[in-house]
This record gives sequence, C-alpha cells and structure tokens, in this order.
Amino acid sequence: MNGSEDIIVVKDMVKKFGDFTANDHLSFTVKKGEIFGFLGANGAGKTTAIRILCGLSYPTSGEIRIDGLDVYHERDRIKRRIGYMSQKFSLYEDLTIRENIRFYAGIFGMKRKKIVSRTNELLDKLGLLDVQNRLIRDIPLGWKQKLAFSVAVFHEPSIVFLDEPTGGVDPVTRRQFWELISDSSERGITVFVTTHYMDEAEYCDRVSVMVEGRIEALDSPAELKRQYKVNDMNSVFLKLARAR
Amino acid sequence: MSVIELHKVSKHYDDTSALEDVSFDVDKGEIFGLIGPDGAGKTSLFRILVSVLLPSSGSAMMCGHDVVKDYRKIRTLVGYMPGRFSLYLDLSVEENLNFYATVFGTSIEKNYDLIKDIYAQIEPFRKRRAGNLSGGMKQKLALSCALIHRPEVLVLDEPTTGVDAVSRKEFWDLLYKIRQEGITILVSTPYMDEASRCNRVGLMQKGKILKIDKPGLITKDFHRPLYSVRSTTSNYRLLLKLRDYQWCHSAWLFGQDIHLSLTGEPAVTEFENTARAWDDTGDIHRIEAGVEDTFIELMPSTS
Repeated sequence: MNGSEDIIVVKDMVKKFGDFTANDHLSFTVKKGEIFGFLGANGAGKTTAIRILCGLSYPTSGEIRIDGLDVYHERDRIKRRIGYMSQKFSLYEDLTIRENIRFYAGIFGMKRKKIVSRTNELLDKLGLLDVQNRLIRDIPLGWKQKLAFSVAVFHEPSIVFLDEPTGGVDPVTRRQFWELISDSSERGITVFVTTHYMDEAEYCDRVSVMVEGRIEALDSPAELKRQYKVNDMNSVFLKLARAR
Repeated sequence: MSVIELHKVSKHYDDTSALEDVSFDVDKGEIFGLIGPDGAGKTSLFRILVSVLLPSSGSAMMCGHDVVKDYRKIRTLVGYMPGRFSLYLDLSVEENLNFYATVFGTSIEKNYDLIKDIYAQIEPFRKRRAGNLSGGMKQKLALSCALIHRPEVLVLDEPTTGVDAVSRKEFWDLLYKIRQEGITILVSTPYMDEASRCNRVGLMQKGKILKIDKPGLITKDFHRPLYSVRSTTSNYRLLLKLRDYQWCHSAWLFGQDIHLSLTGEPAVTEFENTARAWDDTGDIHRIEAGVEDTFIELMPSTS
C-alpha cells in the first residue's frame, strides 16, 4: 500500500431493480495501491456493484468517486483509467497473444511505439516471447489468466477490477498469478478483486463481505479472523453468509 | 470390494496425451476425490468411466462391468454429473427431473426418498426454468437428476467449481448423506482444501496420478524442511529475497504467509541469522506440509 490516498470512495450506494434492492447503502473506501477483496455469496450483489464502479451502470442513488471521477457524469473518463478482467471474458480466442495485446493497447489509445516496446517487455517477463504468435484458444488456461491480467494493466490504469479472475489452475500457476497482482500493487495500481476461493481472500490487504446487498464486514483478513474467533477466511465467510 | 477398477488407462487425442497409464481402485461406499487443475485429465478419465469416451489403451471396470463392452449396463449403474451441460436450461426444474427419471425407466415418486433432502431445497422453484436458477440451485438440481435412477456409483465432475463457499459446504454435507445410502462417490475438484473431505484422494496433473492416499497421509512423504515466514511490510518483496537464499528450494505465497522449503538442513544458527538479516522478516517458524505444499512438490515441472 502506498500512502493513504482514497482512490475509490463509495457513500450510501443503492441500486434497485424494480422492488429488488441489489445494493443496499454500500459505503467504503479503497486506498491507492491496496489489494481489496470484494467477497460475497452468489447473488449477494457483487457484480451489480462492480458494474457501477466501472461506469457500466448507474446507481439508483449514492455518491461514488473513482480516482476522483464521478460515476454519474464522468463515466467515459473512468473507463480510461481502469482495467478489467474476468475469467469468463477477457481475451479474443481467435487472435494471437501479440494481437490481443495490441488490440487492447490500441483501444486505450496508447502510442504505437510505446505499444511495441512494452509488448516485448511484457512477453519477455511472462516468458511468452517464443509463443507470441499462437492463438489464444491454443494456449493453456494458466497462460491465458496471466496474460489477461497483464493486458488489463497494460495501459497502467489507476485501478484494475478482477471479477473471479482465477479458478481451475494448478497451485503454482495460481500463485504466479497472485505475484503479478502483488507486483502491480507495489507499483501503485489498486486491485479490486472478487473470488470464491477463501484462501485467496487471505492475499488481500482488506476484504469486505457482502450478504444480501449489504456489506456485513470489512477489515483485514487477520482482524476478521480475530473478530470472529476462527482460523481461516472460509470460516469467517460461512459465519457471515449463513447468519441471515 | 472394489467398485471402480482402472488398469493402465491411457487416452490420446491426436498427438496430445490426456491420460497416461492411470491405475487405481475405489472401494464400495468410499468418497474418492481426484484433485488437480484444468487439463490434468480428470474429465477424460470420468468420461471413460461412464462409458461415453473410449480409452486408447488399458481397461476399466465399474461394479464388475467392463466400461467398453458392457456400456449399456454401466449407464444404468452410474449417475454422472458432468461439469456442464447436464441440465436443459429451457425446461423447468420439475421437467428436468422428470426427463431424467423417464430416460432411466423410473419415476420421481419411486426414488423420491433418495433425493428428498436435496430436492426439497429447490422444490419451491419447481416451475422455474433451470436457466433462471442460481449456481447453487442448478448444482442441486443436477445432483438430483444424477441420482434419480438410484445409481450404485455417482461420478461428479467438478461439482463445486465457481460455487460460493456456503453452497460448497452444503454440497459436501449432501454427499455424506448420499454415501450413507451405500453409494460410492467419485468426485473431482480443483480445490485442494476439499481433499480433507474425501476418504481417499488422488493428486493428478498432466494426465498422471502423482499420488494416492488418505487425506491425512498424503503429505507424509514431504521430507524437505518447511518454514512459514511472514513479512512485517511486504510479503511480495520478502518472497523475492527468499528465492535468492542459498538454501531455498522453493518459496510461494500462502495467504498471509510465505512457505519456504529448503534444499537441505542448514545449521539452525546459520538459518536464523540469515532470516534475521532479511530486515522485514516478522514471524518465522517450522511447519508441517499441507496438501497444497505436497502437490507443488510433486508437480513434474513448474513453468
């Protein structure tokens, strides 16, 4: 964590769909460079909240600032300052590794020269130089995940949103993925991540747990475990999510 | 008595090898867990066992029947819940269950007692289309469908992937109840922490079984000195330092700690002095290996 600047500020965020309240007065802040875990059971309202924070959907009410920008009036500028990755969709399967990087960098308006030099740097770092012309559909899931994350932070966004980014990979690949996340956080990129793996929640600086549209707990994993008198985040989660 | 027997099962797709000489037995009434990442070969193996895929070589028996020759018999004895595509999303909950019951020549009423505990949780939504169910509910419906013909063996391919921690816990509770009915369960998962819920587990990667044992014993052959280390400032920076340590065999993040395994036993004083020299080392203590440490150690190559 670098400094104490609040890069995400959410006050009383409400999102309703008809009679259904998906987000019920959420309030929290995330600091620059922090790895913030956004946890909750399926249907707790996480995706709804992330879509608002990314500027893809308007809240019903509340005050939300992303890197100082207002989610009602500055959505286009927000989209340029953030990166997004999910397990379900991130890379184009019928483009090569190199083409995917160029495509995303181009969308974010990066200069051609910079794209070329940074692409080579990235491929070298990920050990993918030899396979840069392979199609995404032909590469292993572990490479895809690492590449998808690297593409999401390629334009050096202020914040990167990771919506269930991992899953299905071996324990070493999963850790290499979290090392990439840690590395970005050290460089000042804020990481906002959802996951169903409670052991991954332990990698976060702080986590929030959503239950039925509300944030029921928010603290560091160590503090939450102390508070709920349990040994791991899985037990914290079970206590909270079951205590309806 | 072995209900599932595999003898040197291999499967090749063109020039890639999905399974290589896989052999193991599963006893009646066991919950046997196959643990490994995507691409380990778990799905190919299960598809061979439920007779919808032919092995390239080797043989396998389910309840004493050959999975290639006696495929018709196998299908009446086995309940299979694939990782996806087991439900008709445009049919209702009730229609899905009815469909499976009919295909297997039985009825919901006849075997209702077996699925009662599971189905009761989704019955309030029986008129809802399967496509509109939550992940946890879909999973319970798929399990009900796989059980409706009262199989002797239940084969579950990654039933808990993408499902939240609460639903996962509930699902495992259900599996214990099903086992009490004498049904043998073969289940795969990418979650290492689910190993402890099985009677025996097989660790699998790149088409090979790395090890098979009871969950409490699978770690017994981990012989390297293993330490848990925690930084007071940044675990990531400490991790990079640890990897340069001359005795370091491997160092990986484990939640809020780092697990450091050593190539040998340095003199305790030497190790402690060095550890103190890593200025931000907060906590350091020796630990026993877990399933995940063991898996990482057994992995053939770490790319």
